Amino acid sequence: MKPASFDYLRPDSPEEALAALAEAGEEARLLAGGQSLMAMLNMRLVQPALLIDIGRLAALDAIRLEADALAVGAAVTQGTLERRAGLAEEVPLLAELLPFLGHYQTRNRGTVCGSIAHADPSAELPLALVALEGSVTLRSARRRRTLAAAEFFAGMLTTARRADEMVEAVRFPRRRAGAGYAFREVALRHGDFALCAVAAIAEEKRLRLAVGGVADRPVARDLPLLDGAALDDALNDFAWALGGSDDAHASARYRRTLVRKLGRAALEEARCRRA
Amino acid sequence: MDDARRPEGALIGQALERLEDAALLTGAGRYMDDLPVAAGTLHAAILRSPHAHAELAAIDAADALALPGVAAVVTREEVRRWTRPFTVGVKQPMEHWCLAVDRVRYVGEPVAVVLAEDRYRAEDALERIKVEYRPLPAVVDPRAAASAAAPVLHHAVGGNVVSDRRFRYGDPDAAFAAARHRVAITVDYPRNAVTPIECLGVLAQYFPADDVYEATSSFMGPFALHPVMALALKVPGNRLRLKTPPDSGGSFGVRQSVFPYVVLMSVAARAAGRPVKWIEDRLEHLAAATSATNRVTTLEAAVSAEGEVMGLRWDQLEDCGAYLRAPEPATIYRMHGNMSGAYKLRHLDIRNRIVLTNKTPTGLVRGFGGPQVYFPLERLMQRIALALDLDPLAVIRRNLVPAGAFPYRCPAGALLDSGDFQRAIDVAAAQGGLEELRQRQRAARAEGRLYGIGYAAVVEPSISNMGYITTVLTPEERRKAGPKSGAQATATVALDPLGGVSVHVASVPQGQGHRTTLAQVVGDALGLAPADIRVIGELDTGKDAWSIASGNYSSRFAGAVAGAAHLAATRLRDKLARIAAPLLNVAPGEVAFAKGRIFAAGNPDNALAFSRVAGTSHWAPQTLGEGVAPALRETAFWTPPVLEAPNEAEEINSSAAYGFIFDFCGVEVERGTGRLRIDKYVTMHDAGRLLNPALVDGQVRGGFANALGAAVTEHFAYGEDGSFLSGTFADYLVPTACEVPEPLILHLETLSPVTPLGAKGVGEGNCMSTPACLANAVADALGVADIALPMTPARLMALIEPEEPPPPAAAAPAPAASGKGLSGAGAISVPVPPERLWATLLDPRALQALLPGCEALERTGENAYRARLSIGVGPVRGRYEARVRLFDLERPRALKLRGEGIGALGSAEGEGAIDLAPEGTGTRVTYRYSAAIAGKVAAVGGRMLDGAARILIGQFFERLIVQSSGAARLSLWRRLLRLLGAPR
Repeated sequence: MKPASFDYLRPDSPEEALAALAEAGEEARLLAGGQSLMAMLNMRLVQPALLIDIGRLAALDAIRLEADALAVGAAVTQGTLERRAGLAEEVPLLAELLPFLGHYQTRNRGTVCGSIAHADPSAELPLALVALEGSVTLRSARRRRTLAAAEFFAGMLTTARRADEMVEAVRFPRRRAGAGYAFREVALRHGDFALCAVAAIAEEKRLRLAVGGVADRPVARDLPLLDGAALDDALNDFAWALGGSDDAHASARYRRTLVRKLGRAALEEARCRRA
Repeated sequence: MDDARRPEGALIGQALERLEDAALLTGAGRYMDDLPVAAGTLHAAILRSPHAHAELAAIDAADALALPGVAAVVTREEVRRWTRPFTVGVKQPMEHWCLAVDRVRYVGEPVAVVLAEDRYRAEDALERIKVEYRPLPAVVDPRAAASAAAPVLHHAVGGNVVSDRRFRYGDPDAAFAAARHRVAITVDYPRNAVTPIECLGVLAQYFPADDVYEATSSFMGPFALHPVMALALKVPGNRLRLKTPPDSGGSFGVRQSVFPYVVLMSVAARAAGRPVKWIEDRLEHLAAATSATNRVTTLEAAVSAEGEVMGLRWDQLEDCGAYLRAPEPATIYRMHGNMSGAYKLRHLDIRNRIVLTNKTPTGLVRGFGGPQVYFPLERLMQRIALALDLDPLAVIRRNLVPAGAFPYRCPAGALLDSGDFQRAIDVAAAQGGLEELRQRQRAARAEGRLYGIGYAAVVEPSISNMGYITTVLTPEERRKAGPKSGAQATATVALDPLGGVSVHVASVPQGQGHRTTLAQVVGDALGLAPADIRVIGELDTGKDAWSIASGNYSSRFAGAVAGAAHLAATRLRDKLARIAAPLLNVAPGEVAFAKGRIFAAGNPDNALAFSRVAGTSHWAPQTLGEGVAPALRETAFWTPPVLEAPNEAEEINSSAAYGFIFDFCGVEVERGTGRLRIDKYVTMHDAGRLLNPALVDGQVRGGFANALGAAVTEHFAYGEDGSFLSGTFADYLVPTACEVPEPLILHLETLSPVTPLGAKGVGEGNCMSTPACLANAVADALGVADIALPMTPARLMALIEPEEPPPPAAAAPAPAASGKGLSGAGAISVPVPPERLWATLLDPRALQALLPGCEALERTGENAYRARLSIGVGPVRGRYEARVRLFDLERPRALKLRGEGIGALGSAEGEGAIDLAPEGTGTRVTYRYSAAIAGKVAAVGGRMLDGAARILIGQFFERLIVQSSGAARLSLWRRLLRLLGAPR
């Protein structure tokens, strides 16, 4: 569990980082908090020629409250976001799910954008971004582009990011008036990869549920405004459509059960909070 | 110890703060990796098998040796030259070497050792060793392994069952014939271990001039393995000097499993002519260090109409993994004398079979054999209660060994030294609030909640009889081999010229608090404060007193080791008393020791400083009176007098002391998620005299946490092909502080008449009682008969809701479930006629473009290729050398594809079938595939494999479309993803 050799660059500006990234392309990896990357390096699952450490770039370490969204820069840690005063007002879903994300210590290192870029299908932040219909801003040495969350996540650990791009910022849409939000997850231990995590949004004319940990990426669905058995049926449709699989920890069937049960509980909680 | 002579304000029994913690908590401990190394020390990395079972055809290390900084690569050549296979506990023709020589038999088995200037370079070189494996069918399940059709691991044995023994005590047939009821249970006890914070490690050196190996390792014993190591190295015992570091980051039994590496690294050092250091990493540890045995047990009870158990029939199938590694099959025989548990039944019928499978060899793990016995036994007691419509606790009480019956000889030979089980239960029920817990249950159930209560009553053996393992031999074999028995404990107490006291024991601390306890024990004997006593934790077989039972296992510290220290200190005290007596002008029997002074018991003012008397034998031996022996250094060897070899009737007192545990708990299972919540856990222990109650409670809490892991989260998972799936702490789930509730710990102290201080072991009991107690509570909560460990939410949910709502009629069928191996199927429409697709598939250049990450493709025969692939998902990438073959070709309708590859991340093999059917002007392609992935990727990325396979299949078809239509058709890509089960 020692990494293969690599070059390490700690650039002084995002521009320098992007220039290095443009040059090295696939051979380079961006390092921010390192909570996933360092473990993969040590296990030699990832063997980049160059590691570009953007974790200390002040220009990227900013959270901005915009008119519609909370914009989180690439070097902002999950802990910083979690401790932001007013987060529960601005993006209540984030305030609710951040404590489930790893542990206090890992949140002090791990970055928000790093989790998004890593695209683990069980991760909470990608789930929140998809649920809220947020966006990802990608920047290369040549240009900047912004993708909707659903376009960004392409599969397990796979995104629409090109080799020369960094996830510069992500935007979580702000709380909408009259909307209720709720989050639930089941993991085998606190801070583990969720076997299933759900985020629910209830509005007057809209019911939305996003599910993580089941498919190869977080998936959201707008559900009809239903109650009772009809809502259960809709959740059952969703559960089967996600196509989860068995692993050493849980069966696909259990994951479907959680989609139904957690989904129902979260939707009802979101509705209560709306009221 | 006679209470009359215990001094006022005795240290024994006090919850003294631990003397060792200041160092351990401030990073000042001295662990394996902290020790200084000799100049020129090389760092070792081990190449391990990605296959569960394969012939080892060829090993080519030339590329590895060519790397700068690489000094040597050690393989089977050196191992064959300088070692021989390890001694095995049963008479069977099977060979276990410290490194695979002809075959690999489990994932993670060492195949080669790279020695380099640092560990980084050593790991670089690992990736360059080319090993040619010829995979063989693997067998993972013990029942399958025991069948005649199973692949055989050790050819010369002729089968996988390496021992099959039957024991009868009393008249079990008559008991079962007379029984009103027969109640039976079958249990598959799973694989788990207890994982220390510090992994294993070895420093080794060979001195050719003396033909001596010296090794330092955080080995925990039993030192009966020292002869095993010396024999393997083909040297007499005095030419293998084994030392231990001062501190050790936990062991829980598993540090026993370092011994093959002591031999391996010793050989490596000899081969390189330089010292060698190896520190195990976590992936190596989880995959290949050791495991507790998994066991299939069928247990049947003969029960009277009133719920009295008359006899038990045990049928145990013990899975020891790929090799019977010493001291196995000890796990199953450790409990042999007390297979009747805490109960008074007199008739036992026991069949023990030992079977080998393609999994990591087993060994010592906290609880050692207890969990595997008590889980079925205590689950059975609950089932008996249900079958007879009795209260489970009433059934336990009815069957307990009576209070006045101690010492009590169990039918299989255990001599329960002391106890009062009934009183322990009464006190626990009263102080633990059992009645209140029952009310809580009633209230919860009234609300429709799933709430259950469980019980477990357990006899906790400690201080193993070194002879119990020979119970596996037949009486004739034992007669030939000579009797084995006892449990030598060793302690030395020494005085220095300034009157300082040093204590050395042939035990090796792993964090338990030996220094504190020994300072209490010796302090009491000599009338000194704990801080005055220096306890040395390390052991050196070249210089220190030790014996085969030395080490730290079978909860022997409090009873045997601290007892031996007490004996040594008492002898020293008696000598000092004889030296002091004439100076104090009293008889030796009237000399007392307290507060750093030696004085006349009748006149405390008539006193001398301890240091003054203690230094006399150094400074002025001539002044000692006639016939008075010097008081310098006392070494006590103590073996429990009750530990004899197995007798002709195969009775064995397998342990010296037997504590008692009674646990009960209330649990709730969440209806919506299947999660288990422990509402209350009460654990009552009678471990004889408590030397330090705070340390005892620490042991109980630790054992409880380990047991909770085994019951709920921890599990070594294997695929059907023997691939290992629990290689990280994200997959092998040790409970954290968030998951472990605080148990209510209660004590009784029924002193042991066997041990010098009346103490018994206490460190392992909850590993034995807690899984059964929790499972009984869950069975009660859910009203089900069968509970399998670990009790994951997925399993409990399936018990809560046996039926799942069906998929909606319109939905596509769910992808085939994987878990064990990867498989799947799908279909896709391609706007290219079948002939063109066919041509693409058969064209080597096109095939190169089709195979994901194919960097080079070379034709090796008719439709056969060798390929270099760099495949992965996201940032994860592995290089594989692969062979690909197309077969069963039916132009242009169908073909099959088979590939196998190996690389640094492990091995992969798979087969796919592709059918092409015309569909309009295009083709309907249907495919199915199955694949098996083993090695590192399977061990650390299990939850990702299925998704990864789908991504790679997706890439293959995307490229097939592009290649055969001559243009990128990205719109199809989305459609393809949907078909592959990735919703948008």
